[in-house]
Amino acid sequence: MSVSSRNLQQISSAGIVLIIAISVAWLSYTREPAEAFLFPRLISIVFLVLSVWNFARAGLGLARVGGGVDVTSAINLTPGLVVMALFAFWLAQFLGFYVASTLTFFTLLTLYDTGNRRQLANWIKRAVITIVFMAVMYGLFAYVLKVQLPRGLFI
Amino acid sequence: MEFLTYFSHVFEPISLLLLVGGTIGGLILGATPGLSPTMAVALLIPFTFHLQPSQGLILLGAAYTSTVAGGAVSAILLKIPGAPANIATSLDGNEMAKKGEGAKALHLAFMSSAVGGIFGVLLLIFLTPTLAKWALAFGPSHLFWIAILGVTVIGTLDSQSFVKGLLSGCIGLWLSMIGYDDIQGAERFIFTDALTGGINIIAALIGLFAIPQVLDMMSKGRSLSAVGAIKVQHQSLSSSFREMIANMRALSIGTVVGSIIGLIPGVGGQIAGLVAYDQSRKFSPDKDLFGTGHPEGVIAAESANNAMVGPSLVPLLTLSVPGSPTAAVLLGGLLIHGIFPGSDLFKNHAAVAWTFIDSMLIGQVLMVIFGIYIANLAAKVAQVPRSVLAGGVFILAVFGAYSVQQSMGDVHVMIVLGISMYVLEKFGFSAAPLVLGLILGPIAESNFLQGSLIAGAQDGAAVYFLTGTLNLFLIFLVISSVAYAFWSTKVADRKSDKQTASGGR
Repeated sequence: MSVSSRNLQQISSAGIVLIIAISVAWLSYTREPAEAFLFPRLISIVFLVLSVWNFARAGLGLARVGGGVDVTSAINLTPGLVVMALFAFWLAQFLGFYVASTLTFFTLLTLYDTGNRRQLANWIKRAVITIVFMAVMYGLFAYVLKVQLPRGLFI
Repeated sequence: MEFLTYFSHVFEPISLLLLVGGTIGGLILGATPGLSPTMAVALLIPFTFHLQPSQGLILLGAAYTSTVAGGAVSAILLKIPGAPANIATSLDGNEMAKKGEGAKALHLAFMSSAVGGIFGVLLLIFLTPTLAKWALAFGPSHLFWIAILGVTVIGTLDSQSFVKGLLSGCIGLWLSMIGYDDIQGAERFIFTDALTGGINIIAALIGLFAIPQVLDMMSKGRSLSAVGAIKVQHQSLSSSFREMIANMRALSIGTVVGSIIGLIPGVGGQIAGLVAYDQSRKFSPDKDLFGTGHPEGVIAAESANNAMVGPSLVPLLTLSVPGSPTAAVLLGGLLIHGIFPGSDLFKNHAAVAWTFIDSMLIGQVLMVIFGIYIANLAAKVAQVPRSVLAGGVFILAVFGAYSVQQSMGDVHVMIVLGISMYVLEKFGFSAAPLVLGLILGPIAESNFLQGSLIAGAQDGAAVYFLTGTLNLFLIFLVISSVAYAFWSTKVADRKSDKQTASGGR
């Protein structure tokens, strides 16, 4: 990653933290009743001062810790993140926890498995791993812990 | 000698089963690169919800102790430390394994882990009640400063950048304020319905420690292939034991260094292992043999990283200030059962506290027994492909977060916090101070408000919070921790500038 790209990322991340700190301070000092925001006001001032300092360091190119997110990692991550978000925000409630989890686990396994995707044996291996893993999860949560998980279209 | 009274509780069938299960599971999880002890304990917390407090703590304590020791298996057989605490172990351990002394290295690692661990737990047993009684003298102002100290110490020592460490602590304190205010009932920072009840601590712990590791595994894509483990040949236990005794100097250095480092909040096992390794080399007549498969290196590193475990719980159980990120997660485990560390713990929940501590003592012995016999199995599990680990940890994290309150809101909070933490970590922020802020925030706030009420009836807030020997001492510690971190950051910056300048010539 080039130095300018790294600096730009540092400035962006410091900027986002600064915006959060300003919002927290603003909300703490404008919301009522004041007594409920006594502690948030105290903390928000420290938060704001540190965020300004952090932003200034990033702006001056002094932020040395953390290399940011590189393009290869971002490309590798994107499909996994999409699958995780789809599962958590939609699929789990639509299809039911167990069916959605099985599909999600199998998809993540397929996305990141090093095995050749053209070989049938690898697909069978992934399917077997998924079935065994989900059977363990089902036994653990449904029978041992007796947790009622959301049911959707299926189970 | 109150701790002797509760030994029998550890041998109750369910408790013993949990101790054995936690030890074996912890050894296997610890041996798996990518699964840190902190994450393992965080993922286990939802299961403890369904257990009695002492049983839950036995499981968490066993997992904490054995994941640190289990990391030695992959450090020795695969040269991949299972946890940061095992980095020093891999230096000589793997060289020993390459020379055909893998079994001896594993024996030495587990035996010295147990010696260090037992010493550390004994320190915990004898220091904790005294300090807890001392904590009785603390009023709201002192407890407020102690909570702030917890955040600043971990914020400054656990992070590479002290500004980012403190900022992480501030973010955690802010997150702890989300939800309804306890006294006024006012809404604070509730942006979505999922946050109405505030941020659930367990969901947050799982998200902050597990999801970034899942994303980290995914970010490496499909390029990684499994690493071959070195096969372990049979080796007699008695000869390994004699070897450990013959290296008493390394064992003592590791045990003492680990115990002292464990008492300092925020320093952790990685530092303990590396410092003990370094000191052991300095005092050894065979300095040149270190790094070539020298048993002293394994003994020093492993006795230190396990000796750290017990003392890291001393500040946690007496003052609510966790000594390590894993201890912070354990604090979460205590709080969900309505147990607050400090004098209250040994007065009102003596059975829970002592059963937990006693189980850690017995856990050290179990760890040696199982560690030696399941090392080969653990090494096989350590080679589980990243794709399986990433998917498995993610699904387990989702199920665990949901099961605490049967709420999808908690799952959403966990995922959002986890993704945010992954990005923050890429920019030098750290999860440990954030978690400390989240856990200690309510303690700091309630004592701040209580202190403000007392101050209103007396000489005012400035006098109440900023005067008095104990207040001044705690403020001195807060300022010292920040000043020390500021100074060490400056030194590191100067060193890096010099290296850049000399490299550029």
